[in-house]
Amino acid sequence: MAEDRSKGEVWVFAEQEDGVLSDVPRELLGKGRELADKLGVPLAAVLMGENVEPLAKDLFEAGADKVHLVEDAGLKVFRGKAYRHAFVKLIRECGPQIVIFGATHMGRDLAPAVASELRCGLTADCTDLQIGDYTDNKTKENFSNVLLQIRPAFGGNIIATIVNPRNWPQMATVREGVMKPLEKAPGRTGETIRHDAGLDGVEIPVEVLEIVRRHSSINLKGARIIVAGGAGVGSKENFALLHELADVLGGAVGGSRAAVDLGYCEHERQIGQTGVTVRPALFISCGISGAVQHLAGMQDSAKIIAINTDKDAPIFKVAHYGIVGDLNVVIPKMIKAIKQKGG
Amino acid sequence: MNECKESRSGGYNCVVCIKQVPDTKKVTGQAMKADGTINRAALPAIFNPEDRNALEAALSVKEKHGGTVTAIAMGLPNACEILREALMCGADKAYLVTDRKAAGSDTLATSYILSCAVRKLNPDLVFCGRQAIDGDTAQTGPQIAEKLGFAAITYLEGLEMDGDYAIATRNIGTGIEKDRVKLPALFTVTEKFGELRPYDVRRVMKYKKAKAPAENGGVALEGDRAIGQFSCDDIGAEPERCGFAGSPTNVNKIVSVVLAGGDYKEVPATDEGIAHLVSELIADHTIG
Ligand SMILES: Cc1cc2nc3c(=O)[nH]c(=O)nc-3n(C[C@H](O)[C@H](O)[C@H](O)COP(=O)(O)OP(=O)(O)OC[C@H]3O[C@@H](n4cnc5c(N)ncnc54)[C@H](O)[C@@H]3O)c2cc1C
Ligand SMILES: Nc1ncnc2c1ncn2[C@@H]1O[C@H](COP(=O)(O)O)[C@@H](O)[C@H]1O
Repeated sequence: MAEDRSKGEVWVFAEQEDGVLSDVPRELLGKGRELADKLGVPLAAVLMGENVEPLAKDLFEAGADKVHLVEDAGLKVFRGKAYRHAFVKLIRECGPQIVIFGATHMGRDLAPAVASELRCGLTADCTDLQIGDYTDNKTKENFSNVLLQIRPAFGGNIIATIVNPRNWPQMATVREGVMKPLEKAPGRTGETIRHDAGLDGVEIPVEVLEIVRRHSSINLKGARIIVAGGAGVGSKENFALLHELADVLGGAVGGSRAAVDLGYCEHERQIGQTGVTVRPALFISCGISGAVQHLAGMQDSAKIIAINTDKDAPIFKVAHYGIVGDLNVVIPKMIKAIKQKGG
Repeated sequence: MNECKESRSGGYNCVVCIKQVPDTKKVTGQAMKADGTINRAALPAIFNPEDRNALEAALSVKEKHGGTVTAIAMGLPNACEILREALMCGADKAYLVTDRKAAGSDTLATSYILSCAVRKLNPDLVFCGRQAIDGDTAQTGPQIAEKLGFAAITYLEGLEMDGDYAIATRNIGTGIEKDRVKLPALFTVTEKFGELRPYDVRRVMKYKKAKAPAENGGVALEGDRAIGQFSCDDIGAEPERCGFAGSPTNVNKIVSVVLAGGDYKEVPATDEGIAHLVSELIADHTIG
């Protein structure tokens, strides 16, 4: 069994592309801060790339106590094997007790490979992480202060809590958009520790020939108000009604998977288990039945208004305000009321 | 990009990992047991959707460049259903990996066992689905690659071969990337790759009675009707790395998603009702 690592740090992978941090590291640092404080250990970000040191400042301001910096020309663009190699070396040298990654394309490529090489457990796509105690039902062994990794499974029909108390580090990927970043603390600083990537003599079997970034103007995660439509909207043309409501509210438009599959809206707008997770101040759901896979991506919204002709639709179970009615009638009334009251 | 790519003589040997999964779309009241757990037996078992795309990727390589396609599934003998499907669609050979020692495997143990089976088949290319719909972990593919020391390309959307290299198009979330990959390599395939071709009628006749020994009282069939079978011992998998023993993750607690709900404020779908709601939202600064 591994040595006692209960004094080990809590680590967050600070994913960056082209020298720009994505939102996920800030979200993970928000949660990581809570975990590290509970354990009484430092919170560190792992920053890898070429010439990425300037990003350390952002990580301190987002809650990190330390930044483990690994700069190497071989890490300029993400290549699974190079990143895995550097990451495994770092874990072996520093012995963190917890390592969390965003469940992004990059995180879901890197984390399993790291866990495989270290032969430790990894839980994918967590929606919550907590520190708690665990008793093994079979052996009656007790473990205190382990990482409780909470995630939906089985197509969203169950919520499972997973632990891996015997192998270190405890690793998890966390869904984008579910953890809250901390308020930015300007001027907050910390310690930057440089490490060698150890890539000399390591053959990397992948050459990146070309990257075409898709700069989407659709930003659901940042929206304070979201108007979302489902199959009940009925047509692509009718989706314009939702855009109109979103416009008067200064919000964004999202959709259910059925709406995306039917071609009513773009894939980037899909909310739910296989789309984005959102938690806006106001979520207006129009013609969406409320399947668990959809609810997984929106039920933490501060206020939910559901509009549906079927009074038994499951969406009403997560709603704060329910309007049983035809969205074609209700939405125009809403637009009118908001315009009148100068919303 | 140069259009005329070089194939290798003899083509490419491809292995596809396919999983039989419960159809999680069909989870209804009946499939939930009284204690809130899922009665898997009440759900139809299907060919994991993205594994169909993975099989298509392998078949399209074989179609263009020659070689072989071998499907493997780890699970109970029932999983032979999808192996037969794979054969009917064009796979040359199918193997079931089945062993009591494999029971309770998490992704680390599963990928270890599958990597032992794949190693025995010595392929140039391995294809997995991006993720399975029961666990949704997307971990098995990259972990098999790590254990075999193969290059791993996740989220594959397109593939061309170029001698000892593959030119892979993959989704990186923030865009699309094109990679040149040295073989051997493993790919995890998304639905974007394209649908699995339909059954070939002649193959349906040929393979519908194919069976693994586990389905046939332990007796292996001959020729086309043989689905190969591996135990952990057959593939040299160390018992302490299989099943419960080889799985670092434990499930601590499961709760079914039963929504509490019902206590929302009802807003009548009238002008007054909606005007009142809007006023309330303005008053509490949700909008405005
Ligand atoms: C593995 C997996 C992952 C999935 N991931 C996602 C995901 O990320 N996101 C997602 O959304 N889904 C996801 N799904 C699909 C999900 O199960 C549902 O099929 C989907 O959410 C249904 O979309 P919907 O509510 O728009 O359509 P429907 O279920 O068809 O509901 C339409 C609703 O509109 C109402 N309606 C009809 N006409 C009107 C009208 N005029 N006015 C008002 N209401 C009206 C109806 O009463 C009905 O409730 C996933 C499924 C699986 C198996
Ligand atoms: N038991 C299994 N048998 C064969 N292939 C599997 C098995 N489990 C996982 N895989 C492969 O790994 C992929 C990812 O699975 P998962 O990590 O469970 O999401 C699947 O799409 C399959 O290609």
